[in-house]
Amino acid sequence: MSATAFINVGERTNVTGSARFRKLIVAGDYTAALDVAREQVVNGAQVIDINMDEGLLDSEAAMVTFLKLLAAEPDIARVPLMIDSSKWSVIEAGLKCVAGKAIVNSISLKEGEEPFLAHARTLRRYGAAAVVMAFDETGQADTAARKLEICARAYDLLTANGFPAEDIIFDPNIFAVATGIEEHDRYALDFIEACTAIKARCPGVRISGGLSNLSFAFRGNEAVRRAMHSVFLYHAIPAGFDMAIVNAGQLDVYESLDPDLREACEDVILMRRPDATDRLIALASRFSNQTQSIEKQTEEWRNLPVEERLAHALVNGLDAHVVADTEEARLKAARPIEVIEGPLMDGMNKVGDLFATGKMFLPQVVKSARVMKKAVAHLIPFIEDEKDEGAAPKAKIVMATVKGDVHDIGKNIVGVVLQCNNYEVIDLGVMVPWPKILEAAKAEKADIIGLSGLITPSLDEMVTVAAEMERAGFVMPLLIGGATTSKVHTALRIAPAYSGPTIHVLDASRAVGVASNLMSDTLAAPYVAEIANDYADIRAKRQGGQSALAGIEAARANALAIDFAAEPPVRPAQTGQWNYEDWPLADLVPFIDWTPFFRAWELHGTYPQILDDKVVGEAARTLWHDAQAMLERIIAEKWLTAKATAAIWPARREGDDILVFADETRGEPIARLPMLRQQVVKREGRANECLADVVSPEGDWIGGFAVTAGHGIEAKLAEFKAAHDDFSDILLKALADRFAEALAEALHFKLRTELWGYEAKAEPDYPGLIREQYQGIRPAPGYPACPDHSLKPLLFDLLDAPAKTGITLTESFAMLPTAAVSGFYFAHPRSHYFGVARIGEDQLADYAERRGVSPDQARQWLRPNLD
Amino acid sequence: MIAPSAAEAAFRAASKERILVKDGPYGTAIQKLGLQESDYRGNLTVNHDQKGNNDILNLTLPDAIAAVGRSYIDSGADLLATNTFNANSISQADYGTEGLVREINLAAARILRAEADAATARDGRPRFVAGALGPTNKTLSLSPRVEDPGYREVDFDGVKAVYREQIDALLDGGVDFILIETVFDTLNAKAAAFAAMEAEEARQQRVPVMISMTLTDLAGRNLSGQTVEAFWVSLAHVRPLTIGLNCSFGATELRPHVQILARQADTLLMVYPNAGLPNAFGGYDELPETTGQLIHQWAEAGLINVVGGCCGTTPGHIAAMAGAVAALPPRPLPHVQPALRLSGLEASVFA
Repeated sequence: MSATAFINVGERTNVTGSARFRKLIVAGDYTAALDVAREQVVNGAQVIDINMDEGLLDSEAAMVTFLKLLAAEPDIARVPLMIDSSKWSVIEAGLKCVAGKAIVNSISLKEGEEPFLAHARTLRRYGAAAVVMAFDETGQADTAARKLEICARAYDLLTANGFPAEDIIFDPNIFAVATGIEEHDRYALDFIEACTAIKARCPGVRISGGLSNLSFAFRGNEAVRRAMHSVFLYHAIPAGFDMAIVNAGQLDVYESLDPDLREACEDVILMRRPDATDRLIALASRFSNQTQSIEKQTEEWRNLPVEERLAHALVNGLDAHVVADTEEARLKAARPIEVIEGPLMDGMNKVGDLFATGKMFLPQVVKSARVMKKAVAHLIPFIEDEKDEGAAPKAKIVMATVKGDVHDIGKNIVGVVLQCNNYEVIDLGVMVPWPKILEAAKAEKADIIGLSGLITPSLDEMVTVAAEMERAGFVMPLLIGGATTSKVHTALRIAPAYSGPTIHVLDASRAVGVASNLMSDTLAAPYVAEIANDYADIRAKRQGGQSALAGIEAARANALAIDFAAEPPVRPAQTGQWNYEDWPLADLVPFIDWTPFFRAWELHGTYPQILDDKVVGEAARTLWHDAQAMLERIIAEKWLTAKATAAIWPARREGDDILVFADETRGEPIARLPMLRQQVVKREGRANECLADVVSPEGDWIGGFAVTAGHGIEAKLAEFKAAHDDFSDILLKALADRFAEALAEALHFKLRTELWGYEAKAEPDYPGLIREQYQGIRPAPGYPACPDHSLKPLLFDLLDAPAKTGITLTESFAMLPTAAVSGFYFAHPRSHYFGVARIGEDQLADYAERRGVSPDQARQWLRPNLD
Repeated sequence: MIAPSAAEAAFRAASKERILVKDGPYGTAIQKLGLQESDYRGNLTVNHDQKGNNDILNLTLPDAIAAVGRSYIDSGADLLATNTFNANSISQADYGTEGLVREINLAAARILRAEADAATARDGRPRFVAGALGPTNKTLSLSPRVEDPGYREVDFDGVKAVYREQIDALLDGGVDFILIETVFDTLNAKAAAFAAMEAEEARQQRVPVMISMTLTDLAGRNLSGQTVEAFWVSLAHVRPLTIGLNCSFGATELRPHVQILARQADTLLMVYPNAGLPNAFGGYDELPETTGQLIHQWAEAGLINVVGGCCGTTPGHIAAMAGAVAALPPRPLPHVQPALRLSGLEASVFA
């Protein structure tokens, strides 16, 4: 549920205010008309105004048709509606189609008290709030006194007849100022003064108004109109104006207005000087034609030549007309391929330039790519008919997520960005074994190979791929990317295995730069040499500057020593296992930590501040709206099923192992979980930590969990793939990941407050949860405190996780579905997150023995922690 | 001047003292009787097969319906709901008995009125009768045609008139309240509530309304897509005597949604869940003790004012619920700040 102070009512679905919407309705194009409504919601309208008052229309029928169709669009129908008509019959017809509680715009005392109260009574029966115009038998109120008089009279009549004050919204009439007619000069000021007076006289009501009237004198000069609206809101809101019918995408920030213009508008609105109107008119010419209204722009770009339309669609990520425009361009062109080589590539080059200079951001680029893909998909059959080889791309890149790993959000983003820049990308998908990568690179005559991975075992697999490339005599550049990869790891482990250029790519925005350097005739050699030098430096520094490791026995002697008599283990309310077949997705939404979501799109900053960020704010907001719209549908249409299991077992520590038992007798353990200890030499007073330290050797408990929100995702991803919609594909994966993390958070909360039960039951403090402000931890195998991914099969056996949650493990212990989290629960107040970091050969040998595997096997698993 | 309702005042007074108990389903009880078509039909001359027309039994087997009502009274029910879930002209048209709607509702109301009054005469404890309005099998918000989302089989005024016929008959038969139950489309419920308000005006007599939503998915939305909160905002103007949830799932699954309503609705909360989730054969396995325990937990958490049973529950379940809540206080009504509350599929609060 949303709770907000100022209410933006979207005005674009109004035939009297929007020429575009009127044309669509008159032409009966309700599908496009619904898109107008959808845009309003996406742009932040909290209510949408619907008005069909047009002489040429059967307004009643248009209202009913539109509302019935709207009911079938959950992303629009989620917000309340304002049914707007000067005809009562249209209002009533509309109310008969609305399941929610709407606002009616409007009723008034124009025809006297009796019809006014009769209308109000009917509205109560339908369950609607009402805009009440400051209009009575003698006319519309213009002065502050008249506005107050009419509103007070209406208020008394309504409340005396059982109409709740909070469902009354007064519209005290915003009239045009700066018209050159002296009597109009006070209109804005009258309105602002009336707001204060009405709020004082009529407690509980809201005040609304249509802003566009105010600036009617400046029709055609959008800059001045927008400035006037901003200045008016700046002064009227504190006076009690709390609901405006506006184009939500079209308000300027008061502070960022041109100071001269702002002052001139202020003079007019507050009537600060007699020549205010003349001065604003004089100033206005300076701002005329500076900005067009968005709607005008929207319409006008459709009149551009087809090449420019395609460029416009690509830069703005608009896919509504792209197939038609592409077809038009194809008919004009001598050969279909020319459409790709000409206008489409021109548009994508523009996108590439804007992205490179920081004027576009990743989510926008991915939307552009969606437009491009749709255009290309339309052309492909024609190109194939011609048996045309196609445009020559800058280079061919084979990309893959390596064997054992299933994560591909980052790889897909890089692929899209490269494609936008005219690289041909052959995407081999996920879990690709090295023979397939080498084979594809040969068959496709690839210029570059790109490897991606998210989990630490993938680092090792990348070394294998590099070594195999070396053995096969490859010389093409190898690019390395993915969340756990790093320049240091690439320099230390991967580059030495392969004599061709090996380059770590930090994020998607760097991929194009790296690729174009490598493909340049002149730059490639110096660039490769520079990287090689850089990596050699890293290796040299690493050899000298490694911090010292303590022997494992010395490290154990410096363990975190807890006096379990003084700080006893936390006894759980019960032991056992709890399974959740279908955790309601809606319940997870408040648990979502959004910051990593933006990071996945390479928008850096903390949520929610990121939405107002000076640089990426706009991109973040658009992405946010897209994410919310999809989130709605994921929940409403149940795209995903969230499953979870959690268990608490009796346990006991033995050395650095944690023994798990079936019952409180702690007889024969059902599992032995070997843990790793920090060995980097610590300064005085800091322990060499190990997760086993927080488990009592006398008798304690440990928990385990596995959750996923990824069931059902494949069907949707296939749909998006079929529609060439990378944007939605990546968005859904990113959201599924967020749901899985949120489920882990929600389950941990349930564990602490109910299952283990050591935390008082209360409403969750969501921001506190994100900052991990609670007792106990839930470390996951493969992450710093517990870096061995191979503990996952032990955990999964204990939980019977594949049967309980449908999660399976790959040979590198990646979880499938990908949107999944698993780990252990520790409840002791001293438990906290830490990183094991580097370990020595002595602990490796000891660990192999404890884990019951060969030293080589252990070395492979723990390679990221070894020198 | 609209005459106040004494039953409403008595119901409110009793609800301050304790958690009240509503009866269970008629369908489940009737199923157990193993009736033949001839039992349903009785002496009526109708063309259609009447088997499964449970509402017609108010006319043809009134004693059996009275016995079901009595069994719930004996289990501790304070509130009985008439066996009229499908006694509207839309649903009865399937049996060719739309002409009998008034008779069915009149009879149903009279049967339970007599049982309730007899019980009150025996022990002095007030019993209440609600006239039940089902959702009909037509929806105002959704199109049955995939290719034509703007199509509707019925319109608001038509549905309103259908409900008005049923409401008038139920009131004439002596019910205390009108219960709009199993609401899967909020717009249908709005039409029913509108009809009740018109009946109130026409009769110049207060018609208290109870409203109960049913959820179609565990995320807490009804068939037309509204959240529980949006549903409450959409119907708060009715100022219902009770708001709540029924059917949907069992008590376990309903609980989070009950919590939402408990916090936000400043009126009495009535919930009557199914006996758990259906098994593979569509039957219900949850034992009365289990249901009782779950309801006990609701009551302990201060979530409810009126509780009863829906699909799969039996007099045994009702007795277990009555026992489970007997010693526990009813939910206090929350104080809700006045605010402009609107809704689409979701609720928006402008405070």
